[in-house]
Amino acid sequence: MLRYALSRCASLLISLIVASMIIFLTIEIVPGDPAAFMLGLNAQPEAVEALRVQLGLNASAPERYLTWVSGMLQGDFGTSYTYRTPVSDLITDRIWVSLPLAIYALVLSTLIAFPAGIFAASRRGGAGDTAIMGATQLGVAIPNFWFAMILVLIFAINLRWFSAGGFVGWDKGFWPGLKSLTLPAIALALPQAAILARVMRSSLLDVLGEDFIRTARAKGLSKRQALWRHAVRNALIPVLTILGLQFSFLLAGGIVIEQVFFLPGLGRLIFQAISARDLIVVEGVVMLLVFSVIIVNFLVDLTYAAVDPRLRQRS
Amino acid sequence: MTIFNKGLITVSAFALMASLANAQDNVTIAIQLEPPNLDPTGAAAQAIDSVMYSNVFEGLTRFMSDGAVVPGLAKSWDISADGLSYTFNLQTDVTFHDGTTMDAEDVKFSLDRARAEDSTNAQKGLFANIAAVDVIDATTVKVTLSQPTGNFLFNMAWGDAVIVAPESAETNATAPVGTGAYRFLDWVQGDRLELTRNADYWGNAPAIQNATFRFISDPTAAFAAVMAEDVDAFAGFPAPENIPQFEADPRFQVLKGNTEGETILSTNNKMHPFDNKLVRKAVAHAIDRQAIIDGAMFGLGTPIGTHFAPHNPNYVDLTSNSQYDPELSKKLLAEAGFADGFTTTLKLPPPSYARRGGEIIAAQLREVGIDAQISNLEWAQWLEEVFRGKDFGLSIVSHTEPMDIGIYANPDYYFQYDNPAFQALMDDLNKATDPDARAALMAQAQTIVSEDYVNGYLFELAYPTIAKADLQGMWENQPTAAVDLTGLSWTN
Repeated sequence: MLRYALSRCASLLISLIVASMIIFLTIEIVPGDPAAFMLGLNAQPEAVEALRVQLGLNASAPERYLTWVSGMLQGDFGTSYTYRTPVSDLITDRIWVSLPLAIYALVLSTLIAFPAGIFAASRRGGAGDTAIMGATQLGVAIPNFWFAMILVLIFAINLRWFSAGGFVGWDKGFWPGLKSLTLPAIALALPQAAILARVMRSSLLDVLGEDFIRTARAKGLSKRQALWRHAVRNALIPVLTILGLQFSFLLAGGIVIEQVFFLPGLGRLIFQAISARDLIVVEGVVMLLVFSVIIVNFLVDLTYAAVDPRLRQRS
Repeated sequence: MTIFNKGLITVSAFALMASLANAQDNVTIAIQLEPPNLDPTGAAAQAIDSVMYSNVFEGLTRFMSDGAVVPGLAKSWDISADGLSYTFNLQTDVTFHDGTTMDAEDVKFSLDRARAEDSTNAQKGLFANIAAVDVIDATTVKVTLSQPTGNFLFNMAWGDAVIVAPESAETNATAPVGTGAYRFLDWVQGDRLELTRNADYWGNAPAIQNATFRFISDPTAAFAAVMAEDVDAFAGFPAPENIPQFEADPRFQVLKGNTEGETILSTNNKMHPFDNKLVRKAVAHAIDRQAIIDGAMFGLGTPIGTHFAPHNPNYVDLTSNSQYDPELSKKLLAEAGFADGFTTTLKLPPPSYARRGGEIIAAQLREVGIDAQISNLEWAQWLEEVFRGKDFGLSIVSHTEPMDIGIYANPDYYFQYDNPAFQALMDDLNKATDPDARAALMAQAQTIVSEDYVNGYLFELAYPTIAKADLQGMWENQPTAAVDLTGLSWTN
C-alpha cells in the first residue's frame, strides 16, 4: 500500500511540473498585452511602456517562469496586474464559493444518482428502469446553462423563493450562504447525476452477471442481499472514476453557471482574467485547478485500493 | 383613553416611518462590467469611473448628466487674457476620507503625477499642455499652459484628472481615498462593491446612505436580476431586446440615454484598397445604418454621419453624405476599378454592437460585391492586432471618449488618417477659446472627416438604464462613464 501511494506521489509531482510548463507556454503564445489592455484606446505609448516596466513584463520568458515557479513554491502566486492584489488572496476569496458549490453539487448528484442507478439496475427492463433511463437521457441532453435559466425563471422571477443570482457571503451565516448556492448547485448537479446514474446502472448490471453473484445467490442470499452485500461494492470502481472526474469538472467547469448566476467563483475570475490578459491570475488559477484535479485523481486512486483489496496486495 | 390611543398610533406611525426610511436609505445598482481596480487615474476601464466618479473621487471640475462642466473641488477660476494661465480657487474645509486635508498641494501633486514621465495615466494627453502647476496659497493654485487649450476645464472634469492625495495615491487601486460624498467600504471581488455616505463631506449631503454596486455581465442574468428585483437599478442594461418588457411593467422606469460613444466602421486608410477615397465612399453608401441599429441594437441608437456626438450642441448632421444607396456604391466601386468587388477583413471585438452589427454589415457589403471576412477577436487580441498592429481592413468599435475627434489628427492612430489640413485645424481648435470660433472649427472638422469618408459612421451608442419606478435621479446620459449617487433619492 505504501509503495503504491509513493509511486502515485511521484507521478503527481511530475504531472505538476509538466503542467506548470504547459500553462506558462500556452499563455506566452496567446497574443495580447495586459498593459495595453488596461490603458485603452487613448493611451500614449510611453504610458503603456511605463506600465509594462511597473508590472515587470519586460523580463525575458525564462526569467518570468522561474520567478513564478519559485514564488509559488513559497506560496506566493504573484500580484494581479489588473486587481493589484495578491493572486493568492483573489483565489482564497473565490475558492470559498467554488469549492462549496462543487461539493454541494456533487452531494446532490450522488444522492440522486446512486439510488436511481441501483433501483434501475435491480429492476432491469421494468417500468421503473425505463422511466429512470428516459429521465437520465433527458438529463444528459439538457445543457446546464439552459436548465439554470429555467430554474431562475421559475424560482427567482415567478415564485421569488430564491434571488436570481449572486452570493450573499458566508459571513451572513451558513444557511443563507447555502441558499444562494442552491439553484446553481441543482443546475450543475442534475446533468451530472444523469451521467452518474447511467454509469452506476450499467456497472451494476455487469457485476450482477458475474459468477460470484450466482454463487452468492446459490448459498442462499436473497436477490436484494446479494445486490447490497456483493454487487454494489464491486460496481463502485467505475463510478468512483466518474465521480472524481466530475468533481474536477464541477470545480473548474462552473464558468458558465457562475456567469448565469453571477457568482464570484473561480470560473468567473479566470474568465475575467483571460479577457483582461491578467496572465499571472490565469496562471495561478489554472495551476490550482490542475493541482486539485491531480489531487482528486490521486485520492480516487487511493480509494480504489480501499475498495479493491487486490490493488493493495499486488503492490 | 383617546389620548392614549392617539399616542399609540403616533408611536407606531413613527416606527413605521422609521423602518421605511431605513429601508429606503439604501440602493443596489448593477452595472455590467466589474472595475479591474478602483484607481481612475491608472487604467482606462470605464467601470472604474462608473463606480468611483463623483461618488468617491472628485476633480477640479465635473460633468453633469447633460454634459455641462461645472465647478467641483475648484469653486471658481480666473483665466488670464492670453488663455495661458488658470487660477483655481479651491473649496475650503475639504478633507480626504482618511482625514487628511485637501489643499492646493494635493492639486499640484495630482496634476504633476498625471503628466510625469513615468505616469501610467490612460489619458495622459489631457495633461500634455500643462507647463507648470504652482501653489499660490492653501486654497489657490495656478496652472500655466504651454499653449491655449480651449478644452482645459473640460479635460479637468474627466475621471482621469481627479484629485488624489500623496499619502494614498499608490494604494487607491485597492483602497480608494478621495474627497467625494461617498467613502469606500468593501469590495467582494467578482460580486459587489459597497460605498457609504461620507459624514464629513464638504458639499450637500446626499439622500442615499449606503450604496451597493453589483456586477452582472451576462445579459440573461441581468434580465433576471432586475425582474426578480434583486437590484434597484441596472445602469447600462446589456439586453436591449428585453427593454419593451420593462417598459410595459409599472414596477420599472426605462431611461434611454446617450453615451459619448461614436460607433464606427473603422477603416484602415493606409491599406489597399481603402487608401482610395472612392472605395471608402462606396463602403459608406453600401451601409444601411437604420438596419444595423434595428438589427443589432433593437432600435437603440442615433444615426451619425461624422465622428461627433449628436446631443452635442456643436453637432452637424452629415448623415446625408452617406445615404444608403447600393447602386451608387456599385458605381463608385466600378469607377475605382473594383467592378467585381474585392475581399477584405472585418475584425470584430466582443461587444454585441460589433458582433451583431458586423454580421449585418458583412451582408450589406456583399450586396455591392465586397467580401468582408469576419473574424471575432477578444479585446486583448483586438488591441494587439488591430489597434497596435494595424493589421485589418475593417473593424467596428465604439469610441467612447468624450470629444475625441482629435484622434483624426494623429496619423499613427490605428485607422491611419493622415491629412495635414485636418491636423492644422485641430491645432487651431485647441488654441481657440472663443465659443463661436470653436463651434465653427468643430463644424469644419466634422465636415472634413465626413466628406473624406475616413470611417463608416454608424450610430451613437445608447445607454439604457432600468430602474425601479420610485428611484429618482439616475443619470440618463453618460457624458462620462458614471453612476452618480449624489443625486439619487427614493420618492416614497
